[in-house]
Amino acid sequence: MNNAYHIVVCAGIVPDPLQTLEPVSTATGPALKNEMMLPAVLDPWASHALYEAAHLAAQAPGSRLWLVSAAPKAKLQQVMMNVAQKASFELISIDAPANGFADAHAVAEILAQVIQSIPGLDRSRLLVFGGWESASRGAGVTMQLVGEQLAITDQFQGVDQLTVRSDGSFEILERIEGGRHLVSICQGPPALLGWATGNLPEPKNNPQVGMANMRTFMPALQKAKAAALPHDAVRYLSVAPPKQQRQTRIVKDRPADEIAVELLQWITQD
Amino acid sequence: MSASVPTPGADEAPPAVERQQMSVDIAGVGFGPAMGGFLTTLSRNLLNEDGSPRLESTVSPGMPLQVICCERADGLGFGVSGAVTRARGIRASFPGVDFTQIPMAVPVAKEKLVYLLDPIGASRRSLAMRMADWKMRALGLIVGGRDHAVELPFTPKFMRKHGGLVLSLGQFNQWVSEQVTSSGVVQVWPGMPVSAPLIEENGVCGIRLADQGVNLDGTPSQGFMPGMDIRAGLTVVADGPVGAVGRKIDEHFGLPEGNHQREWALGMKMVVELREDSGLEAGTVLHTLGFPEPEIFGFLYVHPERLASVGIFIPSWFRSPVRTAYRYLQHYLLHPYLWRHLQGGVLKSWGAKSLQESGRIGEPFLAGHGYARIGEGSGSTNVLAGSGVDEAWTTGVQLAEAVIELVEQKKPFTQENLEQTYVRRRRQSWVDAESEIAADSRNGFQEGVVTGLIGMAVAGITRGAFFMPRPVRPVQESASALERIYASRIPPSELKQLREECAAQGSALHDRIMDRCGWLEIPFDGRLLISHQDALLMGGSVQAPPGYADHVVFIRRELCQNCEPKLCVEMCSGQAITRGEGGVPAFDREKCVYCGACLWNCRASADGEKGNVEFGAGAGGLHSALN
Repeated sequence: MNNAYHIVVCAGIVPDPLQTLEPVSTATGPALKNEMMLPAVLDPWASHALYEAAHLAAQAPGSRLWLVSAAPKAKLQQVMMNVAQKASFELISIDAPANGFADAHAVAEILAQVIQSIPGLDRSRLLVFGGWESASRGAGVTMQLVGEQLAITDQFQGVDQLTVRSDGSFEILERIEGGRHLVSICQGPPALLGWATGNLPEPKNNPQVGMANMRTFMPALQKAKAAALPHDAVRYLSVAPPKQQRQTRIVKDRPADEIAVELLQWITQD
Repeated sequence: MSASVPTPGADEAPPAVERQQMSVDIAGVGFGPAMGGFLTTLSRNLLNEDGSPRLESTVSPGMPLQVICCERADGLGFGVSGAVTRARGIRASFPGVDFTQIPMAVPVAKEKLVYLLDPIGASRRSLAMRMADWKMRALGLIVGGRDHAVELPFTPKFMRKHGGLVLSLGQFNQWVSEQVTSSGVVQVWPGMPVSAPLIEENGVCGIRLADQGVNLDGTPSQGFMPGMDIRAGLTVVADGPVGAVGRKIDEHFGLPEGNHQREWALGMKMVVELREDSGLEAGTVLHTLGFPEPEIFGFLYVHPERLASVGIFIPSWFRSPVRTAYRYLQHYLLHPYLWRHLQGGVLKSWGAKSLQESGRIGEPFLAGHGYARIGEGSGSTNVLAGSGVDEAWTTGVQLAEAVIELVEQKKPFTQENLEQTYVRRRRQSWVDAESEIAADSRNGFQEGVVTGLIGMAVAGITRGAFFMPRPVRPVQESASALERIYASRIPPSELKQLREECAAQGSALHDRIMDRCGWLEIPFDGRLLISHQDALLMGGSVQAPPGYADHVVFIRRELCQNCEPKLCVEMCSGQAITRGEGGVPAFDREKCVYCGACLWNCRASADGEKGNVEFGAGAGGLHSALN
């Protein structure tokens, strides 16, 4: 039985460190102030999806792994210098904003179109991975919409674990309330998994993996086409940062109850 | 032939493990301005127009030179750094380029040198300085009569940055990395700390990457992956003044006779978003002296988009054993001359960095068999002009030109060949000519700030013909006894009590001393005036990826136990070093911003020169929120 998979990971980039970002209105719609000046990393949720995908691909010889990213290609190039060292994959770059304001339907449509146009992609082996949320958006719907566009009906969100059973079916653990997991059995590909954190550690940096990856990444980045995302789907009205201002200090040997009382006072202050 | 890595400070050699190996033509360490200059120049010459190799690899025949650069931090240009530079070398590398396309870059428009008086009366001014201050106030030279400052009528020529650029070094480095990596012919790897050079009998044959999958003490743990050995015909060392590779090369080969690296400074900076009516124009450059202490120099550079970099330098010759940077920086912001502009601003980013201020006197061997040194770690900083970025960049360009010459002539990277090409270029350049003028310009600071300023002026005006011929003391002598420093302000018995209280509480001493000396409490506003810990959270985020060993190690515990006050604790920019059990400092790498202050501030010396801190190659570090 051929258990090789064709895994496509959808992964955006987000500013790091996360902070109070300031939206601004521009001629092309809402954007983040100083967006191109903010250091960026691969979206942490999607990173977990990538690590899980790389792990799964390594268990199934003959598998192929793609990472599809809609992000400004100059920023993506910088992010890839780090990510490329962690796992072998093929990059498909879509030159698009990554500020979190793009309409999820429009992003999903572009991602689905790109996935469908991957040469040699075998739908019967297709697994679409991504983060079940995004560190910059938090809407948690993009992956679901990608699945719908691709007519993939087996969808799982908040996934922490995927186990391949002896008959090729999957046992999938999805997060539910109360710190528990919903256990599902899926017959196998095609399926879409929106990952939570998973259980795997971040892969070690390996320069040989990185060198091999970057030989194909740079041409992919150079070929990246600008995505025509509608900029009138979202209108930025206002933003209100938290009232409380950060007041961190180090305390030692203080009872937790006292800390809790003080925290409560701080949270509820005017 | 087998290669070894030096293990200074270790009692026993670590057990041998099998390591992956790979071979490249050129292995670089550290991605900063020097490496930017090197790779920019080299990458443009690796291929012919038809795509065939112009400079052919020896490890992959038929291919262009295989060039890899490893950077410790897990992003390129993630650290904060506002800089002003004349940008002569940088402009020469990018003729016709409009630098304002780089975020936060703007031409220098206005430059001032400002003497800040002490509006609080808490600084450690000598009687002579106090009298001079009094005269200045009396003569009405104070700007606006209320801002406690004197704008000097001109900026000395040797300090001027006219025609230069105000930059964010983080943004500049990111821009350069985009240029050099988009060509696809060189590879730059962030998140890849290099633990040591691979040293053969009389040269360097590559680098060893840091082990991954280890415990904090470096012992193997789950997923142990020994650091790869990357063998290279040429190792380009550009890992800065506290970089592990450069320092280990120095420890192995020594420094040229008469040279030393004892002068340092800690630079701590913030990027501030100014209020709409701050009154500061983009391109404004302020150099300040006199406050918060006479020994502390400061700066304010104004970027476009209402952003400003503001910071201070704490030099090693500021002989207070409880010197700190963060609180002094806050008092600096609050000085009336600056606060009138900064009030209402918001902290966007924060960070710190050690600067090697020995300059030419600290120059190591610039080249040896299989290796070459560029950038700040090679002593390129001009300590008279207060300029390092452009000089570092230019040394990188010079090495790249030398490499091109040698490869074209099919000559190996021997010490002799590198000296005839790289070192010769450097010696014939403006970088060397100006560093020669600057070499002894700061000698006077060993005797006091006024003497130092006079010495700088004399050396600058006479272009190095005259200078203060003072001996430079070893770093261990640079911090004098607490009791002597504060003899006129705090009785010894009270100092003793403060020490004991802080030791019992496990806290640093500097805040208590500053309170006692009359420094006012900082009025936190949650925006710009924030606690030290908040600066770590609001100004950035320390990345400490798991699976790497601690990069700060206290070598001999007994030396730390007997060391008081612990300057490593007082000076730690991220409060990552605290008083630990048994008198040995504790290190928390999740707070370490990799400034390296602990390295050169350590006074617990075993041999009178080298401190008791081993500062290794650490992954991660500070991601500034807006760099």
